[in-house]
Amino acid sequence: MASRVIVVTSGKGGVGKTTTTANVAAALAEMGSKVVAVDGDVGLRNLDVVMGLENRIVYTLVDAIDGHCRLSQAVIRDKRVDNLFMIPTAQSKTKDAVTPQQMIDVCDELRNDYEYVLIDCPAGIEAGFKNAAAGADEALVVTTPEVSAVRDADRIIGLLESMDKSPIRLIVNRIRSDMVKRGDMLGVSDVLDVLAIDLIGIVPDDEAVITSANSGVLLTSQASQASHAFRNIASRIAGVDVPFMNLDSREGIGIFGKIKTIFGF
Amino acid sequence: MSFISNFSNLFGIGRTTRHTKSSDMAKNRLTVAIAHDRTDISPGIMENMRRDIIAVLKKYVEIDEGNIELDLENDSAKGYFALVASVPVMKVRRTHGKP
Repeated sequence: MASRVIVVTSGKGGVGKTTTTANVAAALAEMGSKVVAVDGDVGLRNLDVVMGLENRIVYTLVDAIDGHCRLSQAVIRDKRVDNLFMIPTAQSKTKDAVTPQQMIDVCDELRNDYEYVLIDCPAGIEAGFKNAAAGADEALVVTTPEVSAVRDADRIIGLLESMDKSPIRLIVNRIRSDMVKRGDMLGVSDVLDVLAIDLIGIVPDDEAVITSANSGVLLTSQASQASHAFRNIASRIAGVDVPFMNLDSREGIGIFGKIKTIFGF
Repeated sequence: MSFISNFSNLFGIGRTTRHTKSSDMAKNRLTVAIAHDRTDISPGIMENMRRDIIAVLKKYVEIDEGNIELDLENDSAKGYFALVASVPVMKVRRTHGKP
């Protein structure tokens, strides 16, 4: 089985790395692949709460690396989505608790059991990023259509290129088509012009992302626009050619959304 | 005036024609900032370049080495980077430097 290790990264914090990791992992699992999402942000663990698995943690990635348990003991199976697994990290440790070589070893061990290994990378370009990216073959770079996020994405892309990650593909998150139309927000094409990198997904700004994270439920099962976008990204990762979402058509939001659109909300 | 401007904004009139769109400003600023980020010359390389430039100039002119300013500047209006040097010349050499 040819296993793929993908790091989800961004440079800037708060642009949606963890949400992307969780929901793309879940969408890949729903397509039938065995997937593990790994929290690569030692000391600031978040993937567990976004996936709603925080109450089931016994061992962490750092416990496994330190030899306190086997790696398989740190894996939590998601009971709601078949084939979906998660490895939490330690909250009480710091970034230097893990070395790049240890992350490479962890990723290589996971390749034996999983078709996809998605690593949620911390913000920044320091040790935490280098550790999280060390064992990955390819990268997803998440940005929002903001000047600061796009600039940091460019920096991260340069670093990923120097680490020979390939392919490196871009997700533009939290697009608000109404603002883009008014000329008050960078559009996807603007971001692509500036960054010169392949696009793999466009995710609209969607309240469902916040409400689902509130309750620790993944988006995949829902009919929201963002959920649709994350499923599309998963399909493209799996090599299925899916057309990019036309945000104006309000697809994937169901009859209520269509009514809302008619009334201009 | 402000009433009229508010009034026209309300109907979306003049918003995109009279003012530069903020997304255009964002794109322009980003293009410049990223171009600058990408030409990040290390201090070591900058120092080597400075030394070599001085060595060449000294063949032709006597210069005040302590007051040389050498910077890579971004000219956003022209859309490129410029190596801007300010070299105080003490005296032009008349005999040296000719082939």
